[in-house]
Amino acid sequence: MTDSGGQPTNAVVARLRAWSTNAIEEVIEYRGDTTIVVPRKVLRDVAGQCRDIEELRFNLLTDATCIDRYPLEPRFELNYQLVSIPNKKKLRIRVKLQGSDPVIDSLVPVWPGANWLEREIFDMFGIQFTGHPDLRRILLPDDWEGYPLRKDFPVEGYRDIPAIATRYTRSRP
Amino acid sequence: MSAIGLPPFGQETVETAIGPTKTMVLNMGPQHPSTHGVLRILLELDGETVLKAVPDLGYLHTGIEKSCEDKTYSQAITLTDRMDYLNPLGNNLAYCLAVEKLLGIEVPKRAQYFRVLMVELQRISSHLVWLGTHAIDMGAMSVFLYCFREREEILKIFEFVAGQRMMTSYIRIGGLALEPPTGWVERVEKFLKMMPGRIDEYESLLTGNRIWQGRLKGVGVMSAEDAVAYSMTGPTLRAAGLAHDVRKAFPYSSYEEFQFDVPTRTEADCFARYLVRVAEMRESLKIVRQAIDKTPSEGPVRTDAPGIVPPGREKMKTEMEALIYHFKIFTEGFAPPPGEAYASIESPRGELGCFIASDGSPKPLRCHFRSPSFINLQALPKLVTGQLISDVIACIGTIDIVLGDVDR
Repeated sequence: MTDSGGQPTNAVVARLRAWSTNAIEEVIEYRGDTTIVVPRKVLRDVAGQCRDIEELRFNLLTDATCIDRYPLEPRFELNYQLVSIPNKKKLRIRVKLQGSDPVIDSLVPVWPGANWLEREIFDMFGIQFTGHPDLRRILLPDDWEGYPLRKDFPVEGYRDIPAIATRYTRSRP
Repeated sequence: MSAIGLPPFGQETVETAIGPTKTMVLNMGPQHPSTHGVLRILLELDGETVLKAVPDLGYLHTGIEKSCEDKTYSQAITLTDRMDYLNPLGNNLAYCLAVEKLLGIEVPKRAQYFRVLMVELQRISSHLVWLGTHAIDMGAMSVFLYCFREREEILKIFEFVAGQRMMTSYIRIGGLALEPPTGWVERVEKFLKMMPGRIDEYESLLTGNRIWQGRLKGVGVMSAEDAVAYSMTGPTLRAAGLAHDVRKAFPYSSYEEFQFDVPTRTEADCFARYLVRVAEMRESLKIVRQAIDKTPSEGPVRTDAPGIVPPGREKMKTEMEALIYHFKIFTEGFAPPPGEAYASIESPRGELGCFIASDGSPKPLRCHFRSPSFINLQALPKLVTGQLISDVIACIGTIDIVLGDVDR
């Protein structure tokens, strides 16, 4: 199912490869969804091209989220879901980040709608978005410690169960 | 004033007709009745004009996404009900579609049509709550009472079919929780007969009403380009003239077999959003009508996927494998192959997506909901800047946010 560097399987991938040969690291076709894995450095350029190239026109960023694959590395996987309203197509862009360096270019300059989505990822995973105009916590209080959707953050949390908490957290992976 | 978690937000000096004055910072919510829940907005005002608006969220954050990671795939359905509490069936559907996509299973046609029927009824009920509460915000008290009268009828249908009025958990992975009860056709037919006249009634109270028009026309204009750039979906986008509807663009649950129109307007203001939602209620009635005709009276409502979908009672008493599967599903759950799937539906508020990642264990590695309220709310500062403070109420209302969906 995985195609890395070989035969371009679909028109979107072919068009992006025609724009730049190192834009796509890997193409994953799974259950009818196309995912392109993009190197961290070119994310903003690829996103801009996806929006602007006439044949692609992915004008709507519907969703952005992160997966934490702790303890595996690269630990974080950012997934951006794009929709082309004129072409009725979907595309997922994925970027992998090392746990030691969770920094990525913000996509707010490309889609202003990425603002709160990125703030939510920052809030829950602690990913830093460079170039984000207003990177603050969004759902959690400002003085919250830790990033709750990381896998090393216990489901019960750290607060409110003082002594018992350590017992529970120690038993969890 | 600098509240926790907010950017520097001070008073500034502005020039007015009576000389220089200071701006005022007004804290709206989180207990304000017009914010439809617990939304807090900080408004910087020059007289009655909004210079800056900063929404502050999270008062209803319950960590549903984190909780999903600690539950099996079937257990997490009950959590999805509680996100967007005006659209629980829609949340169930988005989640189940994502899990079904991850598993690669097909749902029987009968269940698909019945899902459509339930979700469209839910859309009408959600729009009714929206219309009623928005009318109250705008000072039209009586519409609220009429809307809730009809919503009650829909909730009675849900109670009849699923045993619950609101948190139904009726749509399950692989189909439906229960066989539709005897007599459901008559109940829904009765509702369909009554409803068009009732929608006319609301329109006669509101559409031509001068106060209603005065409060909504030309308020909160968001062009189609801006709406797309801010990732807005649903009636807000369609009121700007873009006929983007997930039901048409990426059909799910056999929507491609239904005939319906996607209502659009071009004015892109609050009044256009009101007209789009009213027109959508009528379209939903058309879809419900077709769904009644399409749903066969006999046939399975759950797909035959041993180990994933619980077997029927009858089977459990006669077959040993069925009993074992039943036990395993409810103790350890089932494990989809590693991979990711994203499924989206058109909820009453816009695109409701569910992104699930599996690592091959019986619990989701990651379960993320793309909630339309959260993303549509993002455009609020853009909508209200430069408008009057009373228009803020109209804008919040016509974006149609549900705080349970915003904060999850």
